[in-house]
Amino acid sequence: MHSFGYRANALVTFGVTILAVMCAMASLSDNLNFPSPTAHIQVMNVNWFQKQPNGNDEVSLTMNITADLQSMFTWNTKQVFVFLAAEYETPQNSLNQVSLWDAIIPSKERAKFWIHTTNKYRFADQGSNLRGKEFNLTLHWHVMPKTGKMSADKIVMTGYQLPENYR
Amino acid sequence: MGYIGETIDSIKSIQIRQLITQGVSLGMIVTSALIIWKALMCFTGSESPVVVVLSGSMEPGFKRGDILFLHMSNDPIRAGEIVVFNVDGREIPIVHRVIKVHERQETGEVDVLTKGDNNFGDDRLLYAQGQLWLQRHHIMGRAVGFLPYVGWVTIIMTEKPIIKYVLIGALGLLVITSKD
Repeated sequence: MHSFGYRANALVTFGVTILAVMCAMASLSDNLNFPSPTAHIQVMNVNWFQKQPNGNDEVSLTMNITADLQSMFTWNTKQVFVFLAAEYETPQNSLNQVSLWDAIIPSKERAKFWIHTTNKYRFADQGSNLRGKEFNLTLHWHVMPKTGKMSADKIVMTGYQLPENYR
Repeated sequence: MGYIGETIDSIKSIQIRQLITQGVSLGMIVTSALIIWKALMCFTGSESPVVVVLSGSMEPGFKRGDILFLHMSNDPIRAGEIVVFNVDGREIPIVHRVIKVHERQETGEVDVLTKGDNNFGDDRLLYAQGQLWLQRHHIMGRAVGFLPYVGWVTIIMTEKPIIKYVLIGALGLLVITSKD
């Protein structure tokens, strides 16, 4: 009845159960956090704006990004992945999302930042629809936990427009 | 010594009815594992509901040996989601983040571009020759949950098959020789 094997089995089963319960509780405790992030983005300059040889419009922007994501961090947060996407509609596509810039925020201390940057990824359209195009800039974030459920949300900023002519 | 002797005795003393009982209980263990796996497939709608991260391309978010839980719903794919996709001509699925989405007006078909958080460039080099975008059918699921380290068990077992056989043998012996 009380052989070594049975005791080892009981001990391992108990240990694994406790670990699983603790992981589940850590993940559930994230639901008690209601983050209130803020973000502000300014397009400072259109560096160049042209048609690629394959016919797609491409533009290069310089932006000021200010954000405070500190309220996102809980004790179960490993990191926050934050990225800025341009979102717009064209006659061909009901939604275009083009990621312009991203960053990994490893700790709460680094979650309040200000950065002056050009777009890190190419802002290119599928086709030639960018002249005079109104677009939204959306700051997305993806909270990656130490364990458990991942969560994501965004702030949409409207009212940006590209120039009417190539430059 | 006593333990091993006892074990041998218990094998010797097995009768035909007991043998059948052991066989049934072994079968129950195997089938219940299969039932859990298939049920997970049903609930998540993904053909592989759990994947193990094999490369460091998503560090520091996901490390080698971490486990991801997948979910496949009919929700449209959006930028920022972490998806698992298969590329034609590659056996191992890749877990990367969506950075660009273009969704068609009428058909709702999507063109998607992905990138690993820890990689310098986007994934066009990983795609099939001349492929610029991923379509819906390439994508197996999106990652919704995360459990660290547990995947090391499968990595060790695939890389050192001897450990796998020893473990399976030992477990089998335990089931056969257990008295109740």
